[in-house]
Amino acid sequence: MSSDAATGGPSGSAMGKPGRDGRFGEFGGRFVPESLVPACLEVEVAFDDAWADPAFRHRLGELLARYGGRPTPLTECARLSERLGIRLVLKREDLAHTGSHKLNNVIGQALLTERMGKHRMIAETGAGQHGVAAATAAALLGLDCTVFMGEFDTQRQALNVFRMELLGAEVRTVTSGSRTLKDAVNEALREWVATVADTHYCLGSVMGPHPFPYMVREFQRVVGEEARRQCDELLGGPPEVVVACVGGGSNAAGTFSGFVDTKARLVGVEAAGGAAVTNGIPGVLHGMRSRLLQDEDGQIREAESISAGLDYPGIGPEHAYLAAIGRAEYATADDQAVLEAFALLARTEGIIPALEPAHALAWVVAEAGRSIPTGSRVLVTLSGRGDKDVAQVRELLAGDHR
Amino acid sequence: MSGAPVRPGPGSLESTLRARRDQGAKLLIPYVMAGMTEDWVPVLQAVAAAGADAIEVGLPFSDPMIDGPVIQAAGLAALGRGTTVRSVLDELGRADAGVPLVVMTYYNLVFRAGHRRFAADLVTAGVSGALIPDLALEELHPWAQAADAAGVETVLMVAPPTPPERVRALAARARGFLYAVARMGVTGERAELGAEVKSTVDRARRATDLPICAGIGISTPDQARQACETADGVAVGSALVRRLLDGVGPEGAGRFVAELRAALGP
Repeated sequence: MSSDAATGGPSGSAMGKPGRDGRFGEFGGRFVPESLVPACLEVEVAFDDAWADPAFRHRLGELLARYGGRPTPLTECARLSERLGIRLVLKREDLAHTGSHKLNNVIGQALLTERMGKHRMIAETGAGQHGVAAATAAALLGLDCTVFMGEFDTQRQALNVFRMELLGAEVRTVTSGSRTLKDAVNEALREWVATVADTHYCLGSVMGPHPFPYMVREFQRVVGEEARRQCDELLGGPPEVVVACVGGGSNAAGTFSGFVDTKARLVGVEAAGGAAVTNGIPGVLHGMRSRLLQDEDGQIREAESISAGLDYPGIGPEHAYLAAIGRAEYATADDQAVLEAFALLARTEGIIPALEPAHALAWVVAEAGRSIPTGSRVLVTLSGRGDKDVAQVRELLAGDHR
Repeated sequence: MSGAPVRPGPGSLESTLRARRDQGAKLLIPYVMAGMTEDWVPVLQAVAAAGADAIEVGLPFSDPMIDGPVIQAAGLAALGRGTTVRSVLDELGRADAGVPLVVMTYYNLVFRAGHRRFAADLVTAGVSGALIPDLALEELHPWAQAADAAGVETVLMVAPPTPPERVRALAARARGFLYAVARMGVTGERAELGAEVKSTVDRARRATDLPICAGIGISTPDQARQACETADGVAVGSALVRRLLDGVGPEGAGRFVAELRAALGP
């Protein structure tokens, strides 16, 4: 699969480079105050330059391998497969350093920060996985790091706050709005306006103004490219179905990019309470045109999910585009089904997933033998490990038993 | 302001500001968040009577990217009171502030309504201009076309890092006045005037004959006067809105605006 063969957008091949306006079809673009336009242009130029530089790609690859633990394995799930009547394989991003796919992106952006001559990164985080990864990359390269996290999320993910602080990052609690991921993004953007001269905004997903949706997808492409190779080895070719959870959608974008040129059915699974493709309509937020949960006036609605990482009222613009052209489909999983899938994977395979990829699993469990024909080969990207969620799940399950 | 109400017509923002500037006056453009208190319309009238040349009317948005805590709180208060785009425009349509009004809001509200409908609704409500800070120059065209056709003047911002050729492109597309961002950061009161204000205004001046007003972080009469050493005028938001959140009402708002006016001269 060629990584940058064609331009994206309506006439280009799917998941290539978007045009100069940063559009994926009608979605994407760059909707930021004038104060931030020069900074976005700077990131765009720096990324294009770095991505075309073999030395940069080599250093990134070396760090992801020797520090990050890549390639991550592809695991065949014998017992769960038998139970579901399909052949299920997991791309094990939970085994990457820091416990999720987020490291792929932050190592890339930290190297870019250094390359731009800046000494500080800021980041938003929901569940804390991106914040922990950003703090980790900052520690590795000797950068300062400030992470914005909604107050509601700092409470349900208190351990990740402590992790970030251990790694030397400053965690700023965001008390505005719904006090979740959306508000953390608002605060990070506000901070970036004030500090853009020496600070890079290390956005954690395939969202925000151009070039972030494109750049973050390119940094996550490694997930899909590895999985494609591993599927060839293990399954003899691409699977029939490729599934990933979607909040902003970075692990899904990385995964899909490895299979978009195959016949595989691509499925993104959103939290039922934050389903921007299913329930959203076109709008503009956080620098991008995409599908958003909003009211009649265009006020953004608050997403609600047990998973802090999927608690976002929008979706990356490329996903809105893939949905519009019908190349990928987007489904939802509700909290109850997610908890069941979480427990099921733990019991049948000895793997405790994060609540986010448990959404992808929940959809597979629900659809196996229905829209997924018996005997299908199914790839699920297990985007992170479940340690961070164990305490929350214990409380939720205890509540059920009372 | 006395006598018969005069409904500002198309083009009235720029012509009003130019006329005042050409008489040697410094321009004063306070900001009020629509719907933040029950008496927000009387506040507009008091602010106009106290010497505002135009007023920025904030249309509250759930996720105001470039606003600091004070304007955020006012927007939240407005939304909490059930303020909608419709309710604001209805109230503006019934009222008369006596000076040109510029709606300041975020693009999603415009996009959701549709460009032509939003522009037409502003005209019906007697609004002269619009300032949509997250609508970057590259994305401006569909709105600007609809706004021009309807006679709504689109105010654009130039910022400290905006390079000269981009300042020229922004100035060429701006209507009403050019908004010079006085400092990098979100809206809010600051102890000192931004150091970049002079260079930003100077760059804008070389690109345009439009009135140039500085804003963001201008909070005291003294800062307003300092900014007007280079700029044609100032926009003052958080300092006024904080007072309104504290409950000063129309009378207190008028007093503060009068202080600003006094610092800038008649």
